[in-house]
Amino acid sequence: MLSHLIRCAPSAAVAALAAVALGVAAPASSAIPPTTVKIDNFTFGPVTTTVPLGATVTWVNGDDIPHTVVAVDKSFRSKVLDTDEKFSFTFTKAGTYDYFCSIHPHMTGKVVVKGA
Amino acid sequence: MRDGHSRRRVLECMGWAGTGLVWTMAGGVASSITLDAAQAAPKSVVKPFSFLQVSDSHIGFAKDPNPDARATFREAVAKIKSMPVKPDFILHTGDITQLSKDAEFDDADQILKEAGLPVFHVPGEHDMLDEGNGRAYLDRYGKGPLGAALGDGWYSFDHNGCHFVALINVKELKAGGMGHLGADQLAWLQKDLAGLRASTPVVVFTHVPMWTVYEQWGWGTDDAAQALALLARFGSVTVLNGHIHQVIQKTEGHVAFHTARSTAFPQPAPGQAASPGPMKIPAGDLRGALGVRQVSVVPGREALAVVDASLV
Repeated sequence: MLSHLIRCAPSAAVAALAAVALGVAAPASSAIPPTTVKIDNFTFGPVTTTVPLGATVTWVNGDDIPHTVVAVDKSFRSKVLDTDEKFSFTFTKAGTYDYFCSIHPHMTGKVVVKGA
Repeated sequence: MRDGHSRRRVLECMGWAGTGLVWTMAGGVASSITLDAAQAAPKSVVKPFSFLQVSDSHIGFAKDPNPDARATFREAVAKIKSMPVKPDFILHTGDITQLSKDAEFDDADQILKEAGLPVFHVPGEHDMLDEGNGRAYLDRYGKGPLGAALGDGWYSFDHNGCHFVALINVKELKAGGMGHLGADQLAWLQKDLAGLRASTPVVVFTHVPMWTVYEQWGWGTDDAAQALALLARFGSVTVLNGHIHQVIQKTEGHVAFHTARSTAFPQPAPGQAASPGPMKIPAGDLRGALGVRQVSVVPGREALAVVDASLV
């Protein structure tokens, strides 16, 4: 039955369903599920995150060392994130956002925001 | 692949070298240059002395494998105080703090004061994490020892015939890059070195390595080659840094590179772990992996004598 739902549902709904299944609470007012990027072992996971317009992406630092999340075009910049600290940004413009850790600049990632 | 493996093994062994090992760097210096340098150097200019390097005290760090980086930094300072030959000063090669908090800088200063020696600082990336993008560090140390520091806090000074240069390579880092000096600092360096005789021993101290130890972990400085080109005419250049929390040394021509141990926690040998994060080692092994460095300047010798001593 789940496979039937997945086949028929639009992808955003599938993601929402998956989020509910995992026990992650989606904001009631929005149909767009939250997206999380985990920082582990000096790596953004996943390196490339694709989200719909209006999505909020949350980065969580799982390392013992502080990191930051900084857009190359300066459109967003977190404060320093110590272990388990989070930073969220809502993407209101379509496009590709390259970002990096300003402390460890070899750590790079990308958010692709799809148009409506 | 065989070469890569043996290099890795060598680096690994160096990283864990024991207490009191003396590195003498004379390799790679052509004899004709040595003669030139000897003829050019009036022997009276350089006077013998020693100084200390401490690095990566990470005050505020309190995780595996070190629950109290303040305690191990205190032990490092106690070790300096107990040295039979009193050093002239201390160089701190950055990452004084873990998170650039005022209380962390305060505690580091308080602990270092116990040594009773002048201290010269450069920042690590951990000292530039405040909301002011480095304001906390610069307000405290940014003027330099003689009030003559420029830009993000770079400066130089002379001591007993040696020229010391403090370089900052943890600011304005670019996505995908490594440490970075920047055009302004390089232009200053050119002017700073211009008036010196080639026989003047030069000691450069900075945080991130000035040669590419391991690019995948960002262990290098993007524009280091430009700085090293400016240093190429000198007969004795010693580059001291921290950042990678292990002893690795390399000699290239007249330039000897030395990375120092941390006083807080060790990091893995290049590429030997999933990430360069703190190495989780048994509590009983921690102090053997931390340490300080004594450097002695001997007139008439190109290479400075470098002794890395662990805390136990």
